[in-house]
Amino acid sequence: MTVKIKVENVTKIFGPRPKKVIPLIEKGASKREILDKTGHTVGVYNANMEIMEGETFVIMGLSGSGKSTLIRCFNLLNKPTSGAIYVDGENIVNYNKEQLKFFRQKKIAMVFQHFGLFSHRTVMENIEYGLEIRGLSKNERREIAQKHIETVGLKGYENQYPDELSGGMRQRVGIARALTNDPDILLMDEPFSALDPLIRREMQLELLDIQTRLQKTIIFITHDVNEAFRIGDRVAVMKDGNVEQVGTPEDLLESPANDYIIEFTREIDRSKVLQAEHIMSKPLSVMNGKDGLHVAIKNMEEQGISSVFVTNRERQLLGLVTIDQAIDGLKTRKTIDEVMSTEVVTAHPEEYVQDIIPRVLDSKYPLVVVDETNRIKGIILRVHVLASIISNSPDNEEVNQTEPIETV
Amino acid sequence: MFIVFLLGWYFNNVYGGLLFAFFIFLIGSFGLWTETMTTVAIIVISVVLSLAIGIPVGILMAFSRTFSVIMRPLLDAMQTMPTFVYLIPVIFFFPLGNVPAIIATIIYALPPVIRLTELGIRNVDDEVIESAESFGSSRNQMLVKVQLPQALPTMMAGINQTTMMALSMAVVGSMVGAHGLGERVLYAINQINISLGFEAGISIVFLAIIIDRITNGVADRLQSFRRRSA
Repeated sequence: MTVKIKVENVTKIFGPRPKKVIPLIEKGASKREILDKTGHTVGVYNANMEIMEGETFVIMGLSGSGKSTLIRCFNLLNKPTSGAIYVDGENIVNYNKEQLKFFRQKKIAMVFQHFGLFSHRTVMENIEYGLEIRGLSKNERREIAQKHIETVGLKGYENQYPDELSGGMRQRVGIARALTNDPDILLMDEPFSALDPLIRREMQLELLDIQTRLQKTIIFITHDVNEAFRIGDRVAVMKDGNVEQVGTPEDLLESPANDYIIEFTREIDRSKVLQAEHIMSKPLSVMNGKDGLHVAIKNMEEQGISSVFVTNRERQLLGLVTIDQAIDGLKTRKTIDEVMSTEVVTAHPEEYVQDIIPRVLDSKYPLVVVDETNRIKGIILRVHVLASIISNSPDNEEVNQTEPIETV
Repeated sequence: MFIVFLLGWYFNNVYGGLLFAFFIFLIGSFGLWTETMTTVAIIVISVVLSLAIGIPVGILMAFSRTFSVIMRPLLDAMQTMPTFVYLIPVIFFFPLGNVPAIIATIIYALPPVIRLTELGIRNVDDEVIESAESFGSSRNQMLVKVQLPQALPTMMAGINQTTMMALSMAVVGSMVGAHGLGERVLYAINQINISLGFEAGISIVFLAIIIDRITNGVADRLQSFRRRSA
């Protein structure tokens, strides 16, 4: 994946003489002190991040954290006081009027919290606004707009005025209007915050659906952690104008940068975010099938366990041998292939913990995590699942050492 | 009369139309038809000129804070200065008659349309402006396609005010020789002719009602697509 947007040391300060305030922040003055002393508001301070092509990047923070200020820097509704924003390698902060107009018309579009619709225009006229500005003929723009009206499920509402629609419908108009410009980058400033929870959920799913089809680079703002983690490929957390941490939802849960992140992610349902590969431990109780039953028994003895997984040379899963089966096999002079059971419960590395829970509970043996080629990636015990849901940073190695593998 | 009926019907309702037609009929029966039409002509000319000056000035004031700060006391002066005071200098430049009356009327009737145009444009929702900007609208596109249409209902209120003020000034304007209903009122005062005074006065009231209701009706119509609930 290539970097689409690169944000370098972006600072935005509001007030009559913003540049004068920068030395003060560099000395470590707080937002509050600066406001009291100089009357300037620090919107964003020294933000750095890279946003990949085609990813959904969520900026999360409470109100006043500077997230809306930052997103407005991407299309220069706010011009950064200092710093640079590179889009496809070009620093947009240096754009002149014409370049900026072109950039806004072709490359980037925005969806607003309170929709920002034109109340004097019908749904259709709202949606085709961007094309109208570019000077497309009426027929051309009608055709393109119609396509997007259907994408967002507004067919039949073309000639209504925005005030005749419900909140959810209005935001669909907002989204269609943005999509109609066919931008590379879609900015969404708390687009679902003004909607009631049920509609919000529905819109989130639809956004994910639209995103899988269109593969835009989306920058999404929210104050809701659950929304951030549901939608975002990666999430940046902001506080008081500073970017506290940037990472995948799993990163934020598993290795939070500071207490603020921990506090923020507390109410998250971890089992919906963490995947099998995050909670699995190293597959120690695994042996090569060529080694034979003697090695299998020795292996179990050494580790104090009662079963091992059998693989081939490529570490592809073949089956599972218990201690009983191994001893039986030695007595009757059978090979390991003949005695092992091949019915092993597996999970895919990217499965969510939530979906694994029933299988872990039903199985007598550990769950094996295998990838598409049936190669063993790790194993999951009940204790891993529980630990992952409860703790803030489950330390898998430790779990593995202190708890012997629990098989019958 | 029939045209007034149709206008009243279209912008209000059938009863409005009938009532207005009846008013016009009464004015005719007073024998004041010619005077009324003269007054209407003075009003129409002043209002059209007021709008031609007032709307661009209002737009400039909305865009430039400095200009707005300079204009505001001037507008206050135009509105509060006793109307006769600026009739005096006007007659130095023009002979007595309709022209000075129209100029005085414009000065008096201009402020509301300027003020409400500025207010209307300034009050357009920030997010709406931001969204127009985020699509790369040029300044002119923004003004024509977004700001003016959004401000239109407020501007209509200003236009209505301007029209009403023009009507009242057109009467006072008869003091500098404007013809029309005002002239009859002045004449009636000099003669202490109560009945003629009443006839002319009532005709002015009828005219005011008709003009007010019709311009209001136009404003309402524009308003109807702007029931914002966001």
